[in-house]
Amino acid sequence: MNAPSAPSAPLSPYSSALGKSNIEVHTLSVLVDNEPGVLARVVGLFSGRGYNIESLTVAEVAHAEHLSRITIVTSGTPEAIEQIGHQLERLVPIHKVTDLTLRGGAVERELAMIKVAGKGACRDEALRLADAFRARVIDASIESFVFELTGNVGKIDQFIDLMRPIGLVEVARTGVAAISRGPNPI
Amino acid sequence: MSNLMTGAEMVVRALQDQGVDTIFGYPGGAVLPIYDALFHQDQIKHVLVRHEQGAAHAAEGYARSSGKVGVLLVTSGPGATNTITGLTDALMDSIPLICITGQVPTHLIGSDAFQECDTVGITRHCTKHNYLVRQVEDLARILHEAFYVAQNGRPGPVVIDIPKDVQFALGAYLLPDRIEHKTYKPKLDGDADKIAQAVAMMATARRPIFYTGGGVVNSGLEASSLLRELAGLTGFPVTSTLMGLGAFPASDKQWIGMLGMHGTFEANNAMHDCDLMIAVGARFDDRITGRLDAFSPGSKKIHIDIDPSSINKNVKIDLGIVGDCSHVLRQLVDAYRAQGKQPDAGALARWWAQIDKWRARRSLSFKASDTVIKPQYAVQRLYELTKSRDVYITTEVGQHQMWAAQHYHFDEPNRWMTSGGLGTMGYGLPAAIGAQMAHPQALVIDIAGEASILMNIQEMSTALQYRLPVKIFILNNEYMGMVRQWQELLHGGRYSESYSEALPDFVKLAEAYGAHGIRCSDPADLDAAIMEMIDIPRPVIFDCIVDKTENCLPMIPSGKAHNEMIMPDEDADMGTMIDAPGKMLV
Repeated sequence: MNAPSAPSAPLSPYSSALGKSNIEVHTLSVLVDNEPGVLARVVGLFSGRGYNIESLTVAEVAHAEHLSRITIVTSGTPEAIEQIGHQLERLVPIHKVTDLTLRGGAVERELAMIKVAGKGACRDEALRLADAFRARVIDASIESFVFELTGNVGKIDQFIDLMRPIGLVEVARTGVAAISRGPNPI
Repeated sequence: MSNLMTGAEMVVRALQDQGVDTIFGYPGGAVLPIYDALFHQDQIKHVLVRHEQGAAHAAEGYARSSGKVGVLLVTSGPGATNTITGLTDALMDSIPLICITGQVPTHLIGSDAFQECDTVGITRHCTKHNYLVRQVEDLARILHEAFYVAQNGRPGPVVIDIPKDVQFALGAYLLPDRIEHKTYKPKLDGDADKIAQAVAMMATARRPIFYTGGGVVNSGLEASSLLRELAGLTGFPVTSTLMGLGAFPASDKQWIGMLGMHGTFEANNAMHDCDLMIAVGARFDDRITGRLDAFSPGSKKIHIDIDPSSINKNVKIDLGIVGDCSHVLRQLVDAYRAQGKQPDAGALARWWAQIDKWRARRSLSFKASDTVIKPQYAVQRLYELTKSRDVYITTEVGQHQMWAAQHYHFDEPNRWMTSGGLGTMGYGLPAAIGAQMAHPQALVIDIAGEASILMNIQEMSTALQYRLPVKIFILNNEYMGMVRQWQELLHGGRYSESYSEALPDFVKLAEAYGAHGIRCSDPADLDAAIMEMIDIPRPVIFDCIVDKTENCLPMIPSGKAHNEMIMPDEDADMGTMIDAPGKMLV
């Protein structure tokens, strides 16, 4: 993942006069042909043009039509995010780009697996918190648990922060998947 | 005729069915089956270049001068990597190319086989699209699809990487008319409400300007003719980028010259002071805008482009119209006629009076000399002595390129081939070869510098082999002139590595290749020498010895605005004109 560009970089007289407003976080849904190299095209576009990727998920969503859905969480000025959308649309195997944040009313979820190790009171505390967050235990040993937690990014961040003093070992996260509310497709 | 054939035969058949008559290439192990298929036919002429970069630029010159797709054929590994500069050049300047590369057999891909490279991986960033053909069943579809993608929307280069086993495999051929692309469908017509808004803005403008670019040329001859029609209807002044030269006639009274870093005083000041800018097929590149926060501060901006990502990329646009230039210009001409209103005639007359004042500054003037050939004078004489002919001009990159843009004038599109976006030294000679292949009877001249020409000088052999009478007109100042000029401007005149030491004797070099060499250093001899060059029906290298330290002016120094140009009569203290932030720029 790219680090956000340093805010202290001097503005060149050639740098866009558009780039002076606030940084926003947007979730883009990108429907693509599931063909070799398509993910590389998308990721290469972001790295080549200096855009940020906060998270990215990809999987096939319609086998017969060879369609994959890429969900990208990106940050930038509103103008930069508009550019990102247009640049993505230029890629030949891309069917559709939708800015779910701009469109409003999307549901976003992420899945995380969180490994916590400890003994005695730590185990009890971990289980109590997991229950409060509705995390499921998907693996257990005498001195560890693996929790599965689904939710928005903030909830997962919060759960991980709470596990840290208890005995957090490692985390695997899927990145955000998102879909619009209501009856219609994007 | 059976439609069952080998992959290699399919490649040749698809090229024929796409109307390709000329391809540029270089054989090697991984494309031998395709070369064998070429051997068995005579519909497509293959031009053997001497370096694959030359093949790419030759295909670009062919494409730009003819309006068709340029095609090149190279082998795997180094054959493919040598095309990268040409592909990137075509991507930046929106030139439709098909580059067919051989690849090691599919079962060897990923094994670091001899002459293997990840061609689709390497070219992903420098092509509009690319394909690795893994099975012969996909080949015909991909070949036709590639032509569609290269030409439609904003044009660009497309690579088709074909493993050798796929070239040998038997498969069914599909005709081009049975192919439809499922995702890539560019929008051609502008939205009707935006056309109406644009026309309303034009009808109330007081200081309008058309800022046109390479998109008008790419859109085809009709776009150029519609631009002339719309300019005629409105009476607005017209300027153009380097890439758009020729789309509007330089001999027209509404033409105010090229804009940008080395554009005219009148074009840049008109851009700065206008109240309505109508950008047509241009992309607000940094060579055009200069300092962005001081770019045309008081104007409303209309931007017509087929690529939505070009709109609002660098400059905030008030009205963006996505569509093909010829379609949108047709819509604008019709709508402008229909609404019947004209802008305030008095305001327009005052605007033209102001432009004429700027024009009177004569920003392209230079100090004449009768002892040394001034490079601007050389281009002026070349223009005067060739303008009545069927002439195509290519250039390399540097001072000579800008002097050519300033002092050679074009009345038609597709006559001017130059590397604008990427700025590729070594472009001009192979591009001239491509243009000459497309126009065998025409006079094709590469206006060159002595440094640039050496970057692809090997293509002299190609010119000789195919008896292509290209003329290479070298403005020889013994420096990488633009580098030297910037060192004078930015680095206290410390000419680090910009002097062309150990130059070849260009006359002898021409003779060594079997071409004709001419040298001229006296202004009095120049006309006769140029006539000699034109009259010789063979390739000619013309070594024109020019003033070594002439600067290319006028100039918007880096980091400055359109109304802060260095003029030719005020270059004495060039070294003090650029501030520290400006020195950081390219």
